[in-house]
Amino acid sequence: MRTVQKPDPAERFAAMLRIRRFEEQCILLSRAGRFPGHYHVYIGQEATAVTACAALGEEDFVFSTWRNHGHLLARGAAPDRMMAEILGKSGGYARGKSGTLHMAVRALGVPSTSALVGGSLPLATGAALACKRRGSGIAVAFFGDAALEEGACYEAMILASLWQLPILFVCENNSIPPAQRKRGQYTSSTLPAARLADVPQALQLRAEVLDGTDADALAGGFERLAAEVRSGGGPRFVEVRCTRWPGSFPLWPELPSGEWKLAWAFGQNPDRADLAAWLEQSDPLSLYLRKQVAAGALTREQAQALDARITEEIAGAVRFALVSTYPAAEEAYRHVLAEGGPGR
Amino acid sequence: MRISFAEGLARAISESLAADPRVLLIGSGFVGLNTEARALLEPALREFSDRILVAPVSELALAGAGIGAALAGQRPAVDLSTGSFIFQAFAQVVNEAANVHYMSGGQSTAPVTFCSLAGMRGAGAAQHSHRTQAMLGQVPGLQVLLPGGAEDAYHLLKWSLLESPNPTVFISHALLLAETAELTEGAPMLPVGQARIRREGRDASIIASSITVPRALAAAQVLEREHGVSAEVVDLRSIAPLDRGTVLKSVAKTGRAVIADECNRSFGVAAEIAATLAEEGLASLKAPVRRVTVPDVPVPYSPPLEAELTVTAERIVAGVLHVLGRP
Repeated sequence: MRTVQKPDPAERFAAMLRIRRFEEQCILLSRAGRFPGHYHVYIGQEATAVTACAALGEEDFVFSTWRNHGHLLARGAAPDRMMAEILGKSGGYARGKSGTLHMAVRALGVPSTSALVGGSLPLATGAALACKRRGSGIAVAFFGDAALEEGACYEAMILASLWQLPILFVCENNSIPPAQRKRGQYTSSTLPAARLADVPQALQLRAEVLDGTDADALAGGFERLAAEVRSGGGPRFVEVRCTRWPGSFPLWPELPSGEWKLAWAFGQNPDRADLAAWLEQSDPLSLYLRKQVAAGALTREQAQALDARITEEIAGAVRFALVSTYPAAEEAYRHVLAEGGPGR
Repeated sequence: MRISFAEGLARAISESLAADPRVLLIGSGFVGLNTEARALLEPALREFSDRILVAPVSELALAGAGIGAALAGQRPAVDLSTGSFIFQAFAQVVNEAANVHYMSGGQSTAPVTFCSLAGMRGAGAAQHSHRTQAMLGQVPGLQVLLPGGAEDAYHLLKWSLLESPNPTVFISHALLLAETAELTEGAPMLPVGQARIRREGRDASIIASSITVPRALAAAQVLEREHGVSAEVVDLRSIAPLDRGTVLKSVAKTGRAVIADECNRSFGVAAEIAATLAEEGLASLKAPVRRVTVPDVPVPYSPPLEAELTVTAERIVAGVLHVLGRP
């Protein structure tokens, strides 16, 4: 029987901050030309991955998307191997063959990551079917709001509901409100549904909305939902309302006003007004820190010490990734088919 | 023991369900509308009903669920029904199943079998007559098994369900279901990835697969009887892996090659075989290779129109006479 470890506030803050600091370095490495190709960062959604994964056990499966760094870190993946993978280096989990898009760590129950919109939902449904067959474990599918624009999403929900599978669908809704949409931004979903949690209900799939800016509310919600799914209550769908971080509005992510500063959680404002407003109202990390400090559960000094430790950890991951070598040319030919099968 | 192709499928499924508790069936068609085979499959469907999932018409998610269950340790077979329906599932078959092992750097495997009953089956018209083996042969990471006889239907499907570590598209042909072959109980199967010489010959090699195998054999009989020509028939058995070695060896012996393939002419299985012969077998060829394929048009409904496009024994005979310079 698995037991959910209740993290203390310092641990939860550290887990969210680790994602934030990792993603900041990703942006800096991309801008420095250290890796090619597009990528997606998880800044502003950290509370969702951290609290959802805290409700899971080792036997559970997690499926993610192109925006997978936060989910993997929350699941316990090593930042150095992740960063090496993002840089296409041999030290990465897939020896550079997945890059940021398909990062997976089988040993952590993340067997394959699809970067196709809606692509992971059927896979997660199948993993939940396997969990039901063996009588243990659940599957969690993380996906964005745009997945609801894909048929795969509906078909997966049909199967999950029809077969009563132990799966938790986690829709991280980070869509840009219509009024804020502008030309030249990274795309946002354009669903004609105001409340995404309404959509699955017609398929007898119970759904609810959680506030993605409130880590405590999320933790309670995920603990309850995971327990319901685990106890054979059937699938659940949750729409987590996130507010897109200003750095994720442009076509390529950027760091408005630089890296996150602890002081921003305590009244000091960054120079960008849109960022200041976002930090004040919508940043799960800043809001959580401020709340815990106000409640006396964490001191600013403790938070500073944690930040120093995590910043150094991520700096170490960057160093590891930079010195890791590129894979040898032969690597391109490996893993086309699993061993034991006929050659091609 | 003589069994039909459909009975071979039913037997493979029943025995695999009994042999390995990880084998699951997503859907339960598999043997088409063949009554005897359905009756043969029925006891297993009853006995293992907890491992047989009711499948709605959601090919994309059914395929994906098969992959996901395979990633999580099961060995599912997904019934994709009529071969053309695999297009509804292409995103999962082509872009997930084929890639999981590679993208994960070898961490994950997806031993799932996608079963599809494909081909020009008669009156299927444009949307139910597709042959997808050449398209799927373009996808590294997939195995494409294409039995041309009942014994291979049995052996290849059972291998895919019980032993294959990789995702497999198993393509039966609707018109092969009633074809029969001798199955020796307990005999080892010809390894996957090896073509089968269905008939030895001296004058020309006919490279066939799936439905063109019995038609090539019929053509070889006519050639022998009416034209005194000794034709060798090579049954490819699988498109991926593709046994180029056996094809080259056969053509080295006969010096002439006719490729009978139900794919459309351009970029089909025949095109790949012809390219292989051009690259690696040119010295053996006494005449240019000849492709007997379906013209590059959609499949029409009306019987005489469909017949106009079909790779028949007569057209294979004509192809062989052509490479022998006897038009």
